[in-house]
Amino acid sequence: MTETVAIAQPRPSLADLRRRSAEARGLIVAAVHKAGAGHLGGPLSATDLLVALYFDALNVDPERPRWDERDRFILSKGHSSIGLYAVLALRGYFPVAELDTFDQIDSRLQGHPDMSKLPGLDMSTGSLGQGLSPGVGMALGARLKGASFRTWVMLGDGELQEGQIWEAAFVAARYELDSVTAIVDCNGLPQFGWPETGGFTRERSFDDPGAKFAAFGWHVVECDGHDHGAIRDAFAAAVAHKGQPTCIVAQTVKGKGVSFMERDFNWHAKVPTDDHLATALAEIEAIRAQPGEEG
Amino acid sequence: MSASPTVTAPVALRPIDDRPEVPMRDAWGKGLVALAAEYPELVVLDGDLANSTRADLFAAAVPDRFFELGIAEQNMVGMAAGLATVGYVPWISTFAAFLAKRALDQIRVVVAQPGLNVKLCGSYSGILTGKTGKTHQSVEDLAVFRAMPGVATIAPADAIELRSAMRAMMETLGPVYLRLTRDPSPTIFPDDYAFRLGAGVLLCDGEDVALISTGVQTVRALDAADLLAADGIAATVLHLPTIKPLDTAAVVAAAERTGAVVTAEDHSIIGGLGGAVAEALAETRPTPMRRVGWRDTYGESGPNDALLEKYGLTAAHVAAAAREVLGAGRPAS
Repeated sequence: MTETVAIAQPRPSLADLRRRSAEARGLIVAAVHKAGAGHLGGPLSATDLLVALYFDALNVDPERPRWDERDRFILSKGHSSIGLYAVLALRGYFPVAELDTFDQIDSRLQGHPDMSKLPGLDMSTGSLGQGLSPGVGMALGARLKGASFRTWVMLGDGELQEGQIWEAAFVAARYELDSVTAIVDCNGLPQFGWPETGGFTRERSFDDPGAKFAAFGWHVVECDGHDHGAIRDAFAAAVAHKGQPTCIVAQTVKGKGVSFMERDFNWHAKVPTDDHLATALAEIEAIRAQPGEEG
Repeated sequence: MSASPTVTAPVALRPIDDRPEVPMRDAWGKGLVALAAEYPELVVLDGDLANSTRADLFAAAVPDRFFELGIAEQNMVGMAAGLATVGYVPWISTFAAFLAKRALDQIRVVVAQPGLNVKLCGSYSGILTGKTGKTHQSVEDLAVFRAMPGVATIAPADAIELRSAMRAMMETLGPVYLRLTRDPSPTIFPDDYAFRLGAGVLLCDGEDVALISTGVQTVRALDAADLLAADGIAATVLHLPTIKPLDTAAVVAAAERTGAVVTAEDHSIIGGLGGAVAEALAETRPTPMRRVGWRDTYGESGPNDALLEKYGLTAAHVAAAAREVLGAGRPAS
């Protein structure tokens, strides 16, 4: 009596997805303000990709978070947890009000994603560089079982410095696991950066990840990680490609959606003041209320 | 004197002239093949060492459930976690030295913390690793896994106990670390012996001193008991195949019966069996004791006998520690 399909939902328009992204960004900034802790730059750079996954791409059912045939998602850049929680709440996995418990004692919403506490999380993460390997294992398991679910893993460009990423990349290509997709959230801003003459540079620490994944035998797609049309096309290209895993290199802006946070490394993990919050929410609401063209 | 709930009378061992020497790694490979027939969800992951660990026996017999993942232990642990979430029971095979340290954070974050059903098999543990020296000898694996919440830690004494323990591992939901050795060692348990996770196994019940041992060091502890008997000293031998959860009741019962304890392990005396027993007794029944094992040092390459002698792991060393603790711990009567 295996149920093989999720409850069918009409596919959202691109304008719907843009509005969802704005809603998620508002929840993210408010939750970090309320918690007095957490990261902002990374969750905001990842928001559009997370919304596209949970509202458009993933075959999931919030009512059955452990459904065997669901698509899997792993947030390898676990410090962007609040971004994932905001999207899961909007998607109906748990009440939006529960976001107020983020980082509080006894909360299911841990600082880094803990699958043993929150149904809907397919893997625990937080120690960078570790998320792709479980995703490759899930894809191998799907093949072994003859299951049709797909596995998506979001990586930060910074964590590509971890060697384990490339161990996993090598094995995924070796086994031709085309049901696993890596999405690199290339926001380009490391927490501290690399020394250069006269100080430190926060230029992106890892150039051209697409070329490196291609060298490891992956199919590579590049996209603008804030353009829902481009994201939809990239995801479709990943699903359509057979015989190789796909890496989507998504160019993003750290702190996206809040003018004074964008491209400012100080907002990697900084708590907004009441004034910051009011300004940020006003900006986000203005974006949400824009009449977007339908797509 | 309170009796342990888990240890009542000594278990029967094989007759002394019927203790064939079997390499534990061979028994492990065969054990996997036997379990595979019963458990379709069992898969084996290898880090390019299958012909050393004897995972090659499984690869030959069940090729569609054997996965070569290359020389990349961290990824192997992560992939095992992923496989476990979709219903498989991955058995990871590599050398103990690499599994316990090279992939330690991976084991902690994606296996132990979420409690996933991954079986971690550390082959070539201890000092006898085929003349490979200190990089391959595993001094700290028991200490590492004993300190990690949620990971059961097992070190069988022989091939028979291993076979039974592997079945128990399949029947136990959650991560287990299994400590294996490379070279042939005597089979002491009868064919019908049954391992129980967390239970100590009383082998001798002498009243003068308790030898508490784990893994293949239990064979040397039995030899040490014979050496002591020749001097008129009656030893208890308590074998602890499970380091965690520790059979504290059995340890306390042995200490109460004898008043003097010697631990024996092919592992550092810090953090492993000796550490576990010392901690348990210090809190419940402080008892004079000596720990026999690696004395906060690294090893080297060399023939087995020479290594055991130089690093103080022979039966004679265990017996000497017993005489010492009896001399130091009790006034002469």
